[in-house]
Amino acid sequence: MDTIKHVTNPLSSCPKTEERKTLTLVVQKLDKDLKPTAIQDPIIMPHTLSEQPAKILVENMNFNYGAVRALKNVNMKISAHKVTAFIGPSGCGKSTFLRCFNRLNDLVDGTKVEGRILLDGQDIYSPGVDVTDLRTKVGMVFQKVNPFPKSIYQNVAYGPQLQKVRKGDRLDEIVEKSLRGAGLWEEVKDRLHESALGLSGGQQQRLCIARALAVNPEVLLMDEPCSALDPISTGRIEELLHTLKEQLTVVIVTHNMQQAARVSDYTGFFLLGELIEYDDTKKIFTNPTDRRTEDYVTGRFG
Amino acid sequence: MQRHFDDELRELKQKLLRMGALVENQVRQALMSLIERDETVAQEVIANDRQVNTLDVEVDETCLELLALFQPAARDLRFVTTAMKISTELERISDLAENICERAIELNQEPQLKPYIDIPLMAEHATKMVGEAIDAFVRGDSMLARRVLKDDDHVDALNEQIFRELLSFMIENPQTISRAIRLSFISKYLERIADHATNIAELVVYMVEGKIIRHTIPA
Repeated sequence: MDTIKHVTNPLSSCPKTEERKTLTLVVQKLDKDLKPTAIQDPIIMPHTLSEQPAKILVENMNFNYGAVRALKNVNMKISAHKVTAFIGPSGCGKSTFLRCFNRLNDLVDGTKVEGRILLDGQDIYSPGVDVTDLRTKVGMVFQKVNPFPKSIYQNVAYGPQLQKVRKGDRLDEIVEKSLRGAGLWEEVKDRLHESALGLSGGQQQRLCIARALAVNPEVLLMDEPCSALDPISTGRIEELLHTLKEQLTVVIVTHNMQQAARVSDYTGFFLLGELIEYDDTKKIFTNPTDRRTEDYVTGRFG
Repeated sequence: MQRHFDDELRELKQKLLRMGALVENQVRQALMSLIERDETVAQEVIANDRQVNTLDVEVDETCLELLALFQPAARDLRFVTTAMKISTELERISDLAENICERAIELNQEPQLKPYIDIPLMAEHATKMVGEAIDAFVRGDSMLARRVLKDDDHVDALNEQIFRELLSFMIENPQTISRAIRLSFISKYLERIADHATNIAELVVYMVEGKIIRHTIPA
């Protein structure tokens, strides 16, 4: 009997009372974290958001990687023409959540989505949805810059060409407009036909933004777009967001809390797959409601 | 998680505490200099003002440094910005204590106008408010801070009463005017001190609850 106990209870194998205490605390904390979450209010949202038109509406969403539940009962309204930021520690599900908005997770085996994500009232996971069409509407920029090994011009023209925009004035116009939109035009207008790989990291990222803009998306998802860039390039992209939101809706995942504070109108804080708090960015960074949000934004977390 | 930032915040708090203790003592001594007609104490208070000024500048510099280097958020941000403002309030209280002493020294040139009853009472209230406001800050106790706010009414009422009394002295006998005016100044200074204590208390409520309650009708 004793031996079995010894094997099954990790605490009994720990001789020192001090360590034992710590372990007990850890186990208790884990227990608490793993408890099923209570059903939350249907839509959590900042009170200033209630009046605004929703671009994306997430209802009771769960997301599973095989047996692991990465997102638990998330409800959220994302407002049109605003920048919404997701913050939270690594592994909290914020990137997974972002990738649900253009169904990029479809490409990962063994994933399962429950609940609904409505884009302008249309469920993007309903059977009739053309995923390519969805990804045209919902563009994405990634952490790692990923220009095609082609010329600057071809990088931007690639999307429109797939959409059957033929060469000539119209295409030139789109390329220029997109590059201007990404704040890159002045720097590259004389070298449009040189390789995109010759650009600096910050320029490459703005090229990726231009490429995303070229197909006229309604929503732009950004997954840590500045984490590999220097402060100047980061500043450029942040400035860009202020102008971009006039044309489209931006959702950005960032590890840099100051960045979320600077660029976003609304901020959602995720922890262990749950949306803990979602409110005006100002409120989150000056007077958050939830203790866990407070601990995270002040750097006490962990 | 242990943060180096917490040590910095603790140091800032200590500095404000030192400042608070100095200022509270200054107000007490200022009143003593008036009642005991003691010029030495008055000079001491005036000399202490320099120390408070130095601390005020130090607190400001520390806060600016913390804001620039750590970019605090939420609770920490509210603490640092509140500390900055409280330091200004304390510095003003110290100035007022100095003013009381200046008037006390002037009053010593003439015989005492009358036995002082309401002024010490008022000073007691004001000092208590300053002390409690600082306590509320140190303990992050917004309940205590809200109690301080209520006390301000007593001080205002006493100020009004003292003014009326001194006015009657002046009407009856013009010889008393210079002393009565000086005493009425002192009463006004004490009333201002209580106002600064109120400001500190309001700042503490903001620091703890994130609610700005100043310039609102008392809740």
